[in-house]
Amino acid sequence: MSITRKVSRLAVLTLAAGFMAAPVLAQPIHLEDVAELSGGGATVGTNFKNGADLAIAEINAKGGILGHKIEITHADSQSNPGVARALVQKALDNNPYVLLGPGYSGSVKVTESLAAKAGIANIMGGEAAELTQTGNEYVFRTSFGQQSTMPKVARYIAEEIKAKTVAVVWVNNDFGKGGRDVINAEFAKRGIKVVADLSTEAGQVDFAADVLKVKNAAPDAVFVYLNEDESARALKELKRQGVTVPLIGETTLTGQKVIDLAGGAAEGALAHVGLTTDAPIPAVQEFRKNFAAKYNYVPDHNGIKGYLAIYVIKAVTEKMGKVDPANFAKTLHGMTIRAKDEPGILMDVTYDEHGDIDRQGFLVEVKDGKQVVKTILPKMVP
Amino acid sequence: MSTLISLIVSGCATGAIYALVAIGFTLLWQTSQTINFAQGEFVMLPAFFMLAGMNMGMPFWLAILVGTAISVAILGAAFKRALVDPMLRHGALPLAIATMALSIMMKEGVKEFYGAEAQPFPSLIPAIDLHFLGATISTQSLGLLAVGVAAVLALQYLLNSTSVGRQMQATAQNPNVARILGIPVERMVMYSFIINAILVSVASVLVTPLYLAKFSSGETLGLAAFIAAIVGGFNQVRGAILGGILLGITDNLAATYISTQYRSAVPLALLIAVILFRPQGLLGTAEERTV
Repeated sequence: MSITRKVSRLAVLTLAAGFMAAPVLAQPIHLEDVAELSGGGATVGTNFKNGADLAIAEINAKGGILGHKIEITHADSQSNPGVARALVQKALDNNPYVLLGPGYSGSVKVTESLAAKAGIANIMGGEAAELTQTGNEYVFRTSFGQQSTMPKVARYIAEEIKAKTVAVVWVNNDFGKGGRDVINAEFAKRGIKVVADLSTEAGQVDFAADVLKVKNAAPDAVFVYLNEDESARALKELKRQGVTVPLIGETTLTGQKVIDLAGGAAEGALAHVGLTTDAPIPAVQEFRKNFAAKYNYVPDHNGIKGYLAIYVIKAVTEKMGKVDPANFAKTLHGMTIRAKDEPGILMDVTYDEHGDIDRQGFLVEVKDGKQVVKTILPKMVP
Repeated sequence: MSTLISLIVSGCATGAIYALVAIGFTLLWQTSQTINFAQGEFVMLPAFFMLAGMNMGMPFWLAILVGTAISVAILGAAFKRALVDPMLRHGALPLAIATMALSIMMKEGVKEFYGAEAQPFPSLIPAIDLHFLGATISTQSLGLLAVGVAAVLALQYLLNSTSVGRQMQATAQNPNVARILGIPVERMVMYSFIINAILVSVASVLVTPLYLAKFSSGETLGLAAFIAAIVGGFNQVRGAILGGILLGITDNLAATYISTQYRSAVPLALLIAVILFRPQGLLGTAEERTV
C-alpha cells in the first residue's frame, strides 16, 4: 500500500470517526403555540408568546435542550374558542413535542380534549377551575387554577378586611363565570353575603350602570374579576363614582398593563397574584429585566407563564434524558422542579396528578403606580 | 332619583361618543350614498397617528394636528380616490363589502405595526368630576356631548345654509343633474370625505382616552354608531345625535333595571323595533332607498 493510499484511508477513517463522535446535528424540538394575539385577549396572548420566545432564545443560546434547539410556531386564536379549536387541530397535525396555550379558559375548554386524543402534553394558560377536573392526563397549568386562588382571596376578605358583604363584578365568559362560581361558594362558606352579583361583557366600555349598582348595594368590599382593558375601565369608573371600599381581585386587577391604563384609579387595589414580575425574588427580577430589554415593556403574569412553560419543557426533557413526547405528561405528573436545579423555573413548582400546580403566591397592592408585594404566601406543600 | 339622573347623564355621555361616530355615517350617506363599514376603524386609526407623533417627540397639540392632517390625506382623499371611486360605480353593496375588507386591513395593519396591546392616550379635556343632583358628571363626558352637538349644528348649517352645502346635497340626490347645473360634483363628494376625516380625527382625540388606543377599539364603536345612525335616521345628520344618545341611555337603563347579562341585546331590540315601525329612522325622511 502506497503512502498516498494510506494517508487517504487514514483521512477517510478520521473523518468518519469524527462524524460519529461529534454530536449529531440534533433534530430541533418543535413546539406549537395557540395564543390570543388579537381580540379581547391580545394582552394575554402577546405576553405569553413573548415570554415563551424569550425563554427559547435563552435556551437555544446555551445549546438547546439535550443538544436540540427549540423552534416554535405561534398561531393567533383571535381570542375566539372556535378559531382556537381549529388552530389547535392544525397545530397537532404538525406533531409538536408539546402544545402551548391557549390562554383563555373558554378556548382551553374546547381544545384540551384534542391534545389529549393526540397524546400530546398541553401546557396552557387557562385558570378556570374545571379545566383540570375532567380526568385529562395531558393538560397542565402554568398558574394557579381558580380552585386554588379563590379560597385564599375569600379568606383574605373575611379575615383581613373583615367584610360581611361584597359586590362581585365579573366578566361573562368561561374565565369570569368560573371564578365567580368558585368565589361565591367560598363567600357562602364564610358567611359573607353577596349583595351585588354583576355580569359584564368582554370589551365593555361603559361601567357607569354597573358601578351605580355597586354603590347602591353598599358592600364592605368589591371583588373585581375582569379582563385587562375592562379592569382598567371599571377601576376608573369606581373611582369616578367615589367607591372607597377595598377593591380586590385576582392577578389581572393589579397587572402592570391595568395600572398603566387605569392611571391613578388603580391605586390601593389589592389582588392575590400567583405570578408577578414585582416579586422580590432575584430570578424573577432578572427575567423582568431581560424581558423589558427585549420587548421594551414590563410584562404581566402572562409573560411569566409563557416563560415558565418553556422551562418546564426543558426540566421534564432533561429528567427523561431524551425527547420523548409519549412520556412527557407521565413524567410531569407529581414532578417538583426546583429553582436551584433549573434557574429558569424562577420559583419551586410541583405538579400534581391533575396538572395543577403548587407554588408560592403573593398578596399585592397598587402603590404609586406599581404593584407592591404585601405578603408572600408559601407553597401548600414545602 | 339620583340613580336615574346618573344613568341618564352617563348614557348621554356614551351616546355622544356613538353620535360623533354616527355623524360620519349619515354625512357620507347624505352626500355620496356611501356606507362606510370601516367607520369605527376610521376613529381608531388617527389616535395611532397621534401616538406615533408623540413617540417621535412631538407635543400633544402638534401630534393632534399632524395626526389629523395624515387622516385627512389617507382617510379622506386617498380613501375616496382608491376605494370609493372605483367601487361606487358598481353600486352601494360592493362598496359596503369593500369597506368591510378595509376595516379588517386597518385592524391588522395597526396590530402588525403597533402591537395588539391597548395603549393609554392623553385626554384633551381634564378629567374633573362635577356633582349634579346626586349624580357624578365627568367634564370629559360633557366635552364629548358639547363637541357632538356642535358638530351636528355646524354640519346642519353647512349643508342647509351655505352654497357649498346645498351643492353637496344636490350632488348626493342626483349627480347627473347636478353636473348639468354646473356643480363640481367630484369636488363636492371630496369635501364630504374630507369633513368625515376631520370628524373622525376629532372623535378619535375625544374617545380614545376612554376606549384606549387599541387596534380593535373600532369594532364595538363602529357597530354601535351604525345602529345609532339607523335609529336616528340615516339621512339626517341630527338623527345621529338622537340615535346615539337614545342608545347610550337605553343601554344603561337596561343594565340597571332589566339585567346586566342581557344589556347588549337591548340596543339590537331597539334597532329591530325602529326597522319594523319607522324604517326611515326617528328623524329620518322616507326616501327611495331606505337603509
